Amino acid sequence: MNTEYNFAYLDEQTKRMIRRALLKGVAIPGYQVPFASREMPMPYGWGTGGVQVSAACLVPDDTLKVIDQGADDTTNAVSIRKFFEKTAGVEVTEETAEATVIQTRHRIPERDLTENQILVYQVPIPEPLRFLEPRETETRKMHALEEYGLMHVKLYEDIARHGHIATSYAYPVKIEGRYVMDPSPIPKFDNPKMEMAALQLFGAGREQRIYAVPPYTKVVSLDFEDHPFERGGAQQACGLCDAQDAYLDEVIMDDAGTRMFVCSDTDFCRERREAGHIGEMGMPITEDAA
Amino acid sequence: MYVAVKGGEKAIDNAHAWLGEMRRGDLDVAELSIAQIRNQLGLAVDRVMAEGSLYDPDLAALAIKQSRGDLIEAIFLVRAYRTTLPRFGAGQPIKTGDMACMRRISATFKDAPGGQVLGPTFDYTHRLLDFKLAAEGVTDEAEKAEAIMNEAKPHITSFLNQEGLIQSEPSCDEAPSDLTREPLELPASRALRLQALTRGDEGFVLGMGYSTQRGYGRNHAFVGELRIGDVAVELDIPELGFAVEIADIEVSECETVNQFAGSKTEPPQFTRGYGLVFGQSERKAISMALVDRALRWKELGEDNPGTPAQDEEFVLYHCDNIQATGFVEHIKLPHYVDFQAELELVRTLRKEATEANALREAAE
Repeated sequence: MNTEYNFAYLDEQTKRMIRRALLKGVAIPGYQVPFASREMPMPYGWGTGGVQVSAACLVPDDTLKVIDQGADDTTNAVSIRKFFEKTAGVEVTEETAEATVIQTRHRIPERDLTENQILVYQVPIPEPLRFLEPRETETRKMHALEEYGLMHVKLYEDIARHGHIATSYAYPVKIEGRYVMDPSPIPKFDNPKMEMAALQLFGAGREQRIYAVPPYTKVVSLDFEDHPFERGGAQQACGLCDAQDAYLDEVIMDDAGTRMFVCSDTDFCRERREAGHIGEMGMPITEDAA
Repeated sequence: MYVAVKGGEKAIDNAHAWLGEMRRGDLDVAELSIAQIRNQLGLAVDRVMAEGSLYDPDLAALAIKQSRGDLIEAIFLVRAYRTTLPRFGAGQPIKTGDMACMRRISATFKDAPGGQVLGPTFDYTHRLLDFKLAAEGVTDEAEKAEAIMNEAKPHITSFLNQEGLIQSEPSCDEAPSDLTREPLELPASRALRLQALTRGDEGFVLGMGYSTQRGYGRNHAFVGELRIGDVAVELDIPELGFAVEIADIEVSECETVNQFAGSKTEPPQFTRGYGLVFGQSERKAISMALVDRALRWKELGEDNPGTPAQDEEFVLYHCDNIQATGFVEHIKLPHYVDFQAELELVRTLRKEATEANALREAAE
């Protein structure tokens, strides 16, 4: 562990400032709390918000898991995990069940989280109304007045034009009947999982915003009575572990364009294979294959 | 048989090792020293200090070396270091009127007390490649009028002030908020806007300033004064009860004089734009003054037809190159989960469109 920096890199004053913002976020679920985001030693847009939130939450006996696109071994997840190993010296794990703090980009783990866990999301654009109204001064007003008509018009226009709501990820949700919130760019498949036992914290570093969804908070994906929200399901089973209802990545296998579908949640997939589930293209897991 | 790609960690380590090798380059060529960069690439060092918001030429030179000359990367290194430093206190406002000017020019008066001092400028050089420099160093000593440089020179705009021809700025003892410690909230005060502009990307601020000259928020500007030189930084020491000088820093300051036809509340008079940048960077200082003036439209009761340079939110949210480069470049990170969701959506929409077409054709 590197002792030139404070535990988990940030100084205690900064952590206190972030914790204040987090508490406010928990007190007003779905509300975007401005916070004085710091320059982190990794670029803006690469998870600086999530890293700052994790740094403010971590204590020495925490166990940290970091995933990107559901996987523990994607380059940016590796880089962030290493960062905390170096600056906080906390235990790290790839096992969802073992972790007390999970930092994620673009996915919610398949396994249900518990009350003892915190899920930290990296958020690029925290404002769900941003692509309808580019001005922050306007969108803050719209939230204050609960003026979400524009969003419903957008969803309606999608249905009129395409027959579907043409948003497949970062699908907007309403929190506890009040704030419309961006769930970060998770696939809408993950939206129903947001009503969970764990605390969910969202950090947007570049945009200087923090927000939160406390455990067991009501999270409703926006829809219409005659066009209810559709989670969309897997079209097939995982090629490795035969999971029937997991979010799958499409992998191109050869020049002829043969496709294979595998779990995006690598830990979930590993656990299933270890339990003996074998998909069409998988093989039993062995020590050296892991 | 498919085996998921593993080994991100090893790949990252190897990539970084290769980067280190590339940085050093050919081992038969002497390695650059920090002193060489600091002394011979001084304007690059100045830019890194200005946009890194940290006055430390040695650290800036180190950052330039470490970043292989990528100045935005160097600025990023300096910023990430700066943010970890404790704050001991706030300095007194620097007195640019007392500056020891190595350069001081005015475009509005042919001569003024203190005189015109050209200083070490690229202006009036012919931009011809000097092949002598490629062969050997050039060590011409320049003749300098040290005595003139060291005497304090009054600000040119103070002469206009005597006649009341230029708007006087309201003085204020309130400590301005710190952009690096508090989140930016709009509308921003002028002090906060200036903070954002002085650390803003030189290219962005230049482009914005240029756009005002070409008619997007025109506010015809003269360079009332441009001065570059050393000023003392003073810090209040509570234990002593008075301020002591802790450093000399080099800054570039530009005050523009702009026409103003007057409004309902103000008589016709000149107004100002202000630019102040660490080191020698007159391009940035002039651009900053143009953008500052453009952003003052509301306070002066001017029109805003919706031009980019007058749009506080647009300028302040996009001038920071560290924020910009991070977010622009993050799209190279994996996005296959979102892309998969889009892929499925497009397939569904296409399938439905094809089926609808087939039905229509059958009906016809």
